[in-house]
Parts: sequence; C-alpha cells; structure tokens
Amino acid sequence: MSAVIDTHAQDHHHGPAKGITRWLYTTNHKDIGTMYLVFSFAMFLLGGTMAMVIRAELFQPGLQIVEPEFFNQMTTMHGLIMVFGAVMPAFVGLANWMLPMMIGAPDMALPRMNNWSFWLLPCAFLILVSTLFMSGGAPNFGWTFYAPLSTTYGPPSTTFFIFAVHIMGVSSIMGAINVIATILNLRAPGMTLMKMPLFVWTWLITAFLLIAVMPVLAGVVTMMLMDINFGTSFFNAAGGGDPVLFQHVFWFFGHPEVYIMILPAFGAVSHIIPAFARKPLFGYASMVYAVGAIALLSFVVWAHHMFTVGVPLAGELFFMYATMLIAVPTGVKVFNWVATMFRGAMTFEAPMLFAVAFVILFTIGGFSGLMLAIAPADFQYHDTYFVVAHFHYVLVPGAIFGIFASAYFWLPKWTGNMYDETLAKTHFWLSFVGMNLAFFPMHFLGLAGMPRRIPDYALQFADFNMVSSIGAFMFGATQLLFLFIVVKCARGGEKAPAKPWDGAEGLEWTLPSPAPYHTFTTPPEVK
Amino acid sequence: MAETPETGNGGGPHQAPRSNARVVGWCLAGVVAMFGFGFALVPLYDVFCEITGINGKTAGRYEATSELLSDRSRTVEVQFIAQNGPDMPWVFRPVVHSVRVHPGEPTQVAFYAENPTAVGMIGQAVPSLAPAEGALYFHKTECFCFNQQTLAAGEVTEMPLVFIVDSALPEHITKLTLSYTLYDQGEAPVLSGRNSDPVVTTIIDNG
Repeated sequence: MSAVIDTHAQDHHHGPAKGITRWLYTTNHKDIGTMYLVFSFAMFLLGGTMAMVIRAELFQPGLQIVEPEFFNQMTTMHGLIMVFGAVMPAFVGLANWMLPMMIGAPDMALPRMNNWSFWLLPCAFLILVSTLFMSGGAPNFGWTFYAPLSTTYGPPSTTFFIFAVHIMGVSSIMGAINVIATILNLRAPGMTLMKMPLFVWTWLITAFLLIAVMPVLAGVVTMMLMDINFGTSFFNAAGGGDPVLFQHVFWFFGHPEVYIMILPAFGAVSHIIPAFARKPLFGYASMVYAVGAIALLSFVVWAHHMFTVGVPLAGELFFMYATMLIAVPTGVKVFNWVATMFRGAMTFEAPMLFAVAFVILFTIGGFSGLMLAIAPADFQYHDTYFVVAHFHYVLVPGAIFGIFASAYFWLPKWTGNMYDETLAKTHFWLSFVGMNLAFFPMHFLGLAGMPRRIPDYALQFADFNMVSSIGAFMFGATQLLFLFIVVKCARGGEKAPAKPWDGAEGLEWTLPSPAPYHTFTTPPEVK
Repeated sequence: MAETPETGNGGGPHQAPRSNARVVGWCLAGVVAMFGFGFALVPLYDVFCEITGINGKTAGRYEATSELLSDRSRTVEVQFIAQNGPDMPWVFRPVVHSVRVHPGEPTQVAFYAENPTAVGMIGQAVPSLAPAEGALYFHKTECFCFNQQTLAAGEVTEMPLVFIVDSALPEHITKLTLSYTLYDQGEAPVLSGRNSDPVVTTIIDNG
C-alpha cells in the first residue's frame, strides 16, 4: 500500500517524508493504520502457518511430523499470535484509518502516542516469537496459560512471554485511550453521539472494554511473574494461594476480550450491509444499545469458562443464565441485519459476501456458544473439539470475515483503485468452503469426545480430522490470494470514484479516493 | 502533523468540549484502578471462599465463644486423607483414617510425619474439605496446618488436630472428608539446639 500513498502524496504540499523514517516517525493516522494492517496480516500468516503445522500433524492419527512438545508450542503460539497479533491489531488499524474520516477529524487525538503504540507491537511479538528458539522451547501451556501449568511447570521462556504480554497490553491500552480521546473530542460540529456511525460506536465501547480488562491481564501475568521469579504464592497452594484463582482473574479479562475481538466487526458489518442492500440500517439506536448491553454483560459471565472446576450450584446457575442473556442483544443485532437486507436491492460484491457469511456463520458460532453455556451439558463438551469449533466459528467467520469485508469495502478509499472483483469473489468462496470444511467437522469430533490440544487421537476420529485438515489447508492457502489481491489493488487498477458503492453512507465517502494524506483539516458540517 | 492540536483545548477549528489531557487522565485512572482491581481479586477471592466455604477452604483457628452443645443423636463420619505435594519426600499419613463423631464434640486426631532425608526440612500442610458445603461447619481449634512444620533429618513426629463438627451441619451431610496436602517449603535453617517440637515459623491465614 505504501507505493500508492507515495504516488499520490506529491499532490499535497504536506506530503509524507521519504524512506524508512516516514514509517518510523509518522504520526499520520493513515500511515499508522496501514502499518497496523500490514503487521496484523503478517501475524495472521505466521499464526496461520502454525495452524497448518497443527492440522498437518492431525491429518492422520499417530505422531508423524512434530514432537508432542512442539505441537503444544504450536497450539499456544497460534492462539496468542492470532488473538493479540492478528485480530486485535487489525481492528486498531481499521480504527486508525477510518475513525478520523468517519467523524470528520484531521487525525487521531494523540498522534505521537499512536506511533508509539504501534511500534511497541513488533517489539512485543519479536520477544514472543523469539521464545521458539530458546532452550526449553516456547510457551506450551495453551493461550490461556493456566497456572500451575504456566508457573510451576512452564518452560524458562515463560518470563519472556510475560514481558511480551505486558508490552502488547501497554500498546492496546494506549490505542484504546487514543480512540476514546479522538471520538470524544474530535467529532465534527453537529455529530452528536447518536449520529455517530456504528463502527465508531462499537470502537468506543471496545476501547472502554480494553481499558477495563487489559490491566487485569497485565495484573494476572504480573502475579505469574512474581510466582515464578520472586517466590510469591498467588497460584501456589503450598503457599496459601489457589490455582483456581488464576482462572477467575484470567477469564475476568478473557471474556470481555472475546467481545473486544468481535464488536468492531459488528460495527463494520453494520456499514457494509446497508451499503449493499441500499437501505438504511434497521434499528440504529437498538444496535447501539445492544452493543452496550453485550459489553456490560461480558463482565458477569466469565465463570462459564470454568464450570468444571467446582463452582457451587448457585454460581453455575448464575453464570449459565447470564451467559444465555447475552443471546438477547446479540439476537437484536442479527435480526436488525436481516431486517436491513429484507426487501433491499441487494448486490453481492466481495464485502457483502463476507458480511452475509459473517451474519450466518457468526450465528452458528453463537448457537454453539449457547450449547456450551448450558452448565450440565458443558461437562461433556468441556475441553473437547466442540469448544475449538465454537470459538473458531465466532473468530474466523466472525472477526476475520469482518476484517476481510472491511478491507474490501474500504480498499478503494485507501488505494484509489478498485480491487479485482473476480479474484475477491474467488477468495471469498474458497475461504468460505475451506473454513467450513475445517471447522464444522470439529463439532462432531468434540461431541464424540475428542479432547483439544492433543497431537494424537483415537482411530475413530480419523476421517473427520482428515476432512478438517484439508479444509484448513484450503483456507490457509487461499489467504495468499488475499495478499495478491491487495498488492494488485495497491499497485493499480480501475480508478475508484469517491463513493464506489451505491448505498454507502458516511463522511469517508465525501473524500476523494484515495483519501488525501491530510483530510478534514477544516471540519465538515454534519446536519 | 503539526496542525493537530495535541491537547485539543478548544483552540483548533474543531469543537473540543473536553481537553485531551482530561480524557487521557480519566482513562489512565481507569487503567490504574483496573490493575489494582486485578490484585484486589486475590483477597476478595479468599474472603468470598471463606464466607461461602467454596473450594473446601476451612476457616482458620476456631475460638469457641460458648460451650457447643453436643448432639449425641447424630453421628458424622470424618475421613482423613494425607498426600504429598510435588517432590515432597516426607512420609505423611493420618494415624487413624476415619473417626465417627457427634456434632459439637471436640475430637483429637493425629497425623504421622517422618522426614527420611539427611537434612532438616520445613513442610506446610494445606487442608481441603469435601463436600465443600460442609467446610463452614468444620471447626479446627488446634491444627498443625496453622503453622509450618520443621523436622530434623530422620525425625518422626505425630502432629495433632483438634476439631469440632458444628451441630448446625446440614442433615444430609453424613460424611466429611478432610484432605491435607503437605508441601515442601525448603530446607530448615540450622538450629543451635536440638528442638523436637514443631517450630512455629510463620502463621499463614488459609487455615
């Protein structure tokens, strides 16, 4: 994408600097947004490569390709890299690019901090990935790093992992503060809170979630650090601590975290579906309140991840009902998206394909979540592939399809060129088929009792695992096509008009394509 | 990007109802508060477990305020389990594996411990009671688990436990299982004189 911004920058007297220092020192929200997106895609490929190792090992029963110890490092690093390296930075990148243009601001409110919060990320992931080459190997205790597996029994590299989590936490918190300051302070005159585009709303709420829970994550890894290195006993029963406490603190962070990864996608889809249905979004206010309700409820459901640790009956019932309650605002959103499409003049360009698949497949993931929320049934599903199927259904066609839909939707605005629609549709269909082939059989595997995080399995699971692996290879290879499409679009192609989509609405479409290096230096008037 | 007001104090063309510094200040306060909250969960969790008896955590030393009435019409079986934590070389077992008691009656039992190694060691026993519902009704007036235990090389000891099952124990509970896990707390400091009594080193509050 850099090439494109360079060629157009000459039109403006405040063009970007040349060379590497442009990217090192930039405070421009578009440059930083681009860096976030490129970084997150690189992490997506790295985490995806690890997923390919996992699926290759699971292609057949028995141990073929990697040692079990390395397999565990792969599952751990895959999860950590995808959550903290791919999905979260991708949404921060979208926020950087789009928030100022959507609210009519010249830039983010705190541009220098913006630069810093980006450049912390490569440092954090350099540290995290370097653990693969340390003696004792990378973290191997799963992305949830339960104590005492990660404290008493963790590899020596665990301390590096903790430091990496600290740095990425600082980065996320700074990003969130920037988003809040931008949205609260830099809206164009006349843009009241209830006139804000939904992507802005969902990011505002996401930013509050980040501020509320990233410090708790920092706290729990700090406790681990002290248990490992300084002889405290937060999670060590011998010293009066309790390993179950770890799970409570971790999931107090962990459950809002899953909404951090999906709410911005809700916002983006709420722009894309009206644009391609050529109808205004159905139920704007209810969408805002639904996101708020989901965010609030996300703080009181954490123990549904730990039904089997010995929660008392009253607790199991409370967390079961609270979890099911989340289906209500989520259902409001799904019905609103469907109602927006209903009787719309719909066309199915790539962003819309990804958005419609998002609605359908995310709903499937939501339903398997409801099944898991049933406390007595969870004892059967717990730690099986059913859980793996569930969270991949909400994260892959949820978060990641949401990001793909956003990328195709706004690529013309970013690059000034239309992407190749035929290739993009091919990317969609290959991703759609590959993803369902990979993850749908996991439901059956889980219900049949296949545990997660194992490199080998009983013979009766062989067929479904082979199908799943083939689907995973297909999905993985297809993402190289996405890289090709984006590079091709950035290098040239049919020139995009200011508003390439008929039904699209919002301030970003009043700007020329590609968006100039500096936009809205005088604020637009919002009626 | 010089034209972007860094502190947005209303001087720019944009309406700035709040200054960025204030928003950042509030956000940072939130971050600090939530970091503290994460750590506050540790004592909150202990208090919550102690009040509700979740997790089989038994309370600390019990001070009877008045003579408990012994309920001779009921008998409750109390079983004892002893196990060693990781790499703990001591021999550790209950002297009697099970006693039948009347609620309200103080009962004394003992646990056998032996340090077979050639060095003095410190151990700490951590209790857990099942069913967890009964944890609130199991009172210890004296317990070796209140303190760390120090055994010299080859030393053998019987460690006492005095407990009372509360007469308010729900009717449907007829059996309580008390489990102790003994953890290695490291080598004992070399003592000047021979001391066969368990040495009180630290008092921890998890009972």
